[in-house]
Amino acid sequence: MRIMRHPILPPINRKEVNITVDGKLVSAIEGEPIASALIAAGIMTFRKTRIRKEPRGYFCGIGLCTDCMMIVDGTSNVRTCITPVREGMRIETQVGLLREDAGC
Amino acid sequence: MSDGIATAGSPSIEELERSPGFPNRKRLIKGPVAVIECVQEIPCDVCGSSCPFDAIKVPSISSLPELDEEKCTGCGTCVPLCPGLAIFLVDYNFSKDEALISFPYEFLPIPKVGTTVDATDRLGRSVTKGRIVRVLEREQFDHTLVVSIAVPKKFTQEVRGMALPRGDGTR
Amino acid sequence: MLTTDVAVIGGGVAGLVAAIEASKFGARVHLIDENARAGGQLFKQIHKFFGSHRHYAGIRGFEIGEKLLEEAQKNGVQTLLNSFVFGIFGKEIGIIENQTGARWLDAKTIILCCGASEKMIVFPGWTLPGVMGAGAAQTLINVHHVSPGKKFLMVGSGNVGLVVSYQMLQAGAEVVAVVEALPRIGGWGVHASKIRRWGVPILTSHTVKEAHGKERVEAATIVALDENWKHVSNSERTLEADVICLAVGLKPNVELPLMAGCETMFLEELGGRVPIHDENMETTEEGIYVVGDCAGIEEACTAIESGRLAGVAVAEKLGYLSKDEAYELKVQIRKILDDLRGGPFGEHRVRAKQQLIERAKILKGLKDE
Repeated sequence: MRIMRHPILPPINRKEVNITVDGKLVSAIEGEPIASALIAAGIMTFRKTRIRKEPRGYFCGIGLCTDCMMIVDGTSNVRTCITPVREGMRIETQVGLLREDAGC
Repeated sequence: MSDGIATAGSPSIEELERSPGFPNRKRLIKGPVAVIECVQEIPCDVCGSSCPFDAIKVPSISSLPELDEEKCTGCGTCVPLCPGLAIFLVDYNFSKDEALISFPYEFLPIPKVGTTVDATDRLGRSVTKGRIVRVLEREQFDHTLVVSIAVPKKFTQEVRGMALPRGDGTR
Repeated sequence: MLTTDVAVIGGGVAGLVAAIEASKFGARVHLIDENARAGGQLFKQIHKFFGSHRHYAGIRGFEIGEKLLEEAQKNGVQTLLNSFVFGIFGKEIGIIENQTGARWLDAKTIILCCGASEKMIVFPGWTLPGVMGAGAAQTLINVHHVSPGKKFLMVGSGNVGLVVSYQMLQAGAEVVAVVEALPRIGGWGVHASKIRRWGVPILTSHTVKEAHGKERVEAATIVALDENWKHVSNSERTLEADVICLAVGLKPNVELPLMAGCETMFLEELGGRVPIHDENMETTEEGIYVVGDCAGIEEACTAIESGRLAGVAVAEKLGYLSKDEAYELKVQIRKILDDLRGGPFGEHRVRAKQQLIERAKILKGLKDE
């Protein structure tokens, strides 16, 4: 969830943008990583593993572990923890390593 | 009873009394005084340069801070400046029955003067009720408030905070 | 081909200070950082820093970040942002810009400030969403103002675990416990005291046994450890938690130093594999230096001073400082580094750093023959 008031930090003053996540409209803040927008919206599962379809999400936060990968604007394996949102971005839960894996 | 800074995460009374920043009982009952609860040698000397009365000495960057009990006037300048939030102001003679304990505070909501709170010890346990007497907010404190609560005198050496309002993650 | 006197790879606190220092003496400096803004860990740090005046003590981390960025700009440091260094070939640096185009930077000297990465431990349920690095959680709350949950279990009581726990409280969350496998707290007492004061339990000789939940963490089972690191039977306790943060140590990022040909050593006290460096922070590769956590896990003050030391050393090597001028400055900085490593928390690191420097002498001596 978003931290609206903080004892130390000044509030973020950037404009809102809209992205879609699996077809649903989600509000995000310009420039924040996709992962941050999803977690703020309560979405913690970013992808599912290929065979057992286990949920995976944000882990290292610095683009090293690849657990946060999702399909972004049609491209698979995008590390959402280091990729900033843009107005109109389409985010999809990735199953396996390729878009095509969603079928199996 | 805590068993110490390295195991319980909070200094025991013995560790405090051994440290050069902790005023002795005689000085404590004389009037407002800084109580420095910094018992481990870490590289930090902010308190030493913060005292307007030169009452705190940090001989070398990794030394323990030393309190000069005579020079300390209990002005409280050091309290919001310590990066470790380890300095308190204690006024034993605040009133006939109460001592005033001032501590650094960096949470929301900002406490309200006059509120009754659960006064807590170094391990976060409620030991008595306290009354918020003062909440100091200054630009030079850089978002560290100094909150002062009045508690019965017998809790002077125990109370170092107050119970936080329960966080529900949506503040 | 872009050329420069000093390529500083990594714009965290050590890199920024090294870049500023070298540029102050007249060197042409390029600072390369993979992020949209330099500053490394500084912008995640909302607490007041320790040390002394020359380490920006008493000032909050993110404010120090602003100051250093300003100073770097004022001193003419050229910054290449959104620039990921994929390789070092001799002194030629390969860079991917904006995840799309490549470019090359030819440097006379290189200062590697690649920082560190979080270590992790595995346990049943560790793959559930909600289990994350403590640093990763810290980025979410302090940079993006997003909390990943309401009840946090912190695994590890080093400074990262303790400080991030405090920052969780500031963000409005609850820290149900800090568990520490050792029989004593790893980090500084003042950090531990401030979370204990606000009601956070710290359980030494404990670890996390399992994370439970269907789509995300819902609970965590913790367990006591005996002197042989074995789980004590019947000591399990299940706590309600929706986030489990792992703060089990940092290790230097040695990929680029290794690729550049630098020799390394395994030193547990410094976080694992560390590039060997001499007392000028120069590695076994001539003209390549390492500073900050990349040269061994320490803290901000030592990162600042090691950055200064390398800045002076490259300025000297490039001829912007005379040998005598450099000597004065280096002696002063080394004394401060010694003082910073005084006290019980620095002992192990002092010995480890000595080992690095001795090994550097031997290896560099061999090279000269």
